[in-house]
Amino acid sequence: MSTLSEVELSHLRQTANRLRQHTVAMLAAAQSGHSAGPLGMAEIMTALYFSVMRHDPKRPNWEERDVFFLSNGHTAPVLYAALAEAGYFPLQELGSLRRFGSRLQGHPERGALPGLESTSGPLGEGLSQAAGYAYALKHLNPAPRRFCYVVMGDGELNEGNVWEAAMFASKYGLGQLIALIDRNYIQIDGSTEAVMPLDDLAAKWRAFGWHTLEIDGNDVAQVVAACHAGQAVRSRPSVIIAHTVPGAGVDFMEYDYRWHGQAPNREEAEEALAQLSEVEARL
Amino acid sequence: MTMVKLTDYPVETSALSTGGPVEPIRQGFGRGLVAAGERNSKVLALCADLTDSTSMRAFADRFPERFIEVGVAEQNLVTVAAGLAHAGFIPFTASYAAFSPGRSWEQIKTTASLNRQPVKIVGAHAGLVTGLDGATHQMLEDIALMRVIPNMVVLAPGDAREAEKATLALAADERPGYIRLAREATSLFSQSDAPFEIGPAYQLTIGHDVTVVATGPMTPEALHAADLLTDQNIAAEVIHCPTVKPLDLDTIWASAKRTRRVVTVEEGQIIGGLGSAVAEGLSEVHPVPVKRLGVQDRFGQTGQPQELWNAYELSASHLARQIGAFVRQSR
Repeated sequence: MSTLSEVELSHLRQTANRLRQHTVAMLAAAQSGHSAGPLGMAEIMTALYFSVMRHDPKRPNWEERDVFFLSNGHTAPVLYAALAEAGYFPLQELGSLRRFGSRLQGHPERGALPGLESTSGPLGEGLSQAAGYAYALKHLNPAPRRFCYVVMGDGELNEGNVWEAAMFASKYGLGQLIALIDRNYIQIDGSTEAVMPLDDLAAKWRAFGWHTLEIDGNDVAQVVAACHAGQAVRSRPSVIIAHTVPGAGVDFMEYDYRWHGQAPNREEAEEALAQLSEVEARL
Repeated sequence: MTMVKLTDYPVETSALSTGGPVEPIRQGFGRGLVAAGERNSKVLALCADLTDSTSMRAFADRFPERFIEVGVAEQNLVTVAAGLAHAGFIPFTASYAAFSPGRSWEQIKTTASLNRQPVKIVGAHAGLVTGLDGATHQMLEDIALMRVIPNMVVLAPGDAREAEKATLALAADERPGYIRLAREATSLFSQSDAPFEIGPAYQLTIGHDVTVVATGPMTPEALHAADLLTDQNIAAEVIHCPTVKPLDLDTIWASAKRTRRVVTVEEGQIIGGLGSAVAEGLSEVHPVPVKRLGVQDRFGQTGQPQELWNAYELSASHLARQIGAFVRQSR
């Protein structure tokens, strides 16, 4: 574990900004898809793919790699952007999101793209799969250097399957499992606390026996540090409740749940990219 | 002095009247799973709090490090298995069929099949004969649910010997798969050295009047019915179809071309089940009248095994009567 230098930090912030720009452009080209979640998750995906995880885009099935499961598959654009920026496939392909014949399916489909570890979209199923993988890393094919990461949305914590997995991972002491929750307080029908209240969310995870952290999920340094803190606890799984701003980086999308499942039109996309470029210039 | 007297509460039990040796199909699965575990160290067993009744106990005792108890959580059962499959293992997941695939269908579709992971779904206590548990526990829709999923293998072995072989075959197969198991002791009609592969249907008798396609523990009943049909001067060609998907339409078609009529027999809903699969397939290549015997769009209910097979007209004598009427009517 090492703290990030200012240069590294600056580089990560630029990467997060680029993931946001790709996301806006992809959604605008597709005229379909989800905006708020992927934008809010840019620092989480940046931290994982450009700092925390051991992986090699040239060897997507490298046996020593860390494994990433995206549970809230509707945030696929930011995963696709991260995979492309990391070098798993050409950046030019990002424009094909949601097109017929594209490898960038509306929701991620394993086998379609190198580096894509799991099919997802139906909510609440990522944590179980990550737990299964982490079980293998700990109990079946011990590989103490490898970790298994999963990102979940907060809305999908409504699903019972998630809490079944939470009990399972706790029972079997899956210390190599690190879950990150994109805590943006929105879901399709409105505020998470109005649709189906989740707070006190940290208390819930602690009660399930998890090593529980809460951070500002739009601060990439905090995401990296929390992942390292999670790696250090080997007796039980870690969950990082990453508080994020939905639609982060685009002022007219921020905190507005209506952008959960909506794509920007060309005009909105131009405005969003202008805002993001302005931030980029300052980084 | 108690007012309740046990003499007022008589015990009533009746096993299936089969004649000949019997064994629960699930026990054959249990033996097959141990054998699969011996052959391949990647084979795992996961159970949702039903280790004994799904016959996973022997595997759990023999390979405790490869047995995973997930508790009463069928959705987690299947999705954890998908993660283990991604890590290179071959997970068998067991519960009652009423709960998995009953409760875990979408997880199976998404995280096993669409996700290209060779998760094996073991549905125990499938069919009408589940003890006395009643309609909530009688899984009659499993074949319909599982065969509509692309890339999914669907097996309904006919007896315990075949279940053992089918389990080994499923472990060696790279696809996700479903295996349907019955609870009660049913006839051991197959030979120990009979071949088994995923795919083929097996012609068991020769007859020119009607093709009877049966699956699961209905096959020995269909064989018995074929014997009874000789009294009506009807020669039935019985085809055992332990693989419902992919369906061996060639074998069924080859027979139906000669007999010109087909009866299907299954211990589950005819809607979406084997009967549907056969009717759909034949109607495209060689339309012949098809009579589907099984559960006729009804729920199950509490009852002794033989009572249930009688009530749903699935015992050999009921099958013989219905097949005979169909043959006479379609001549």
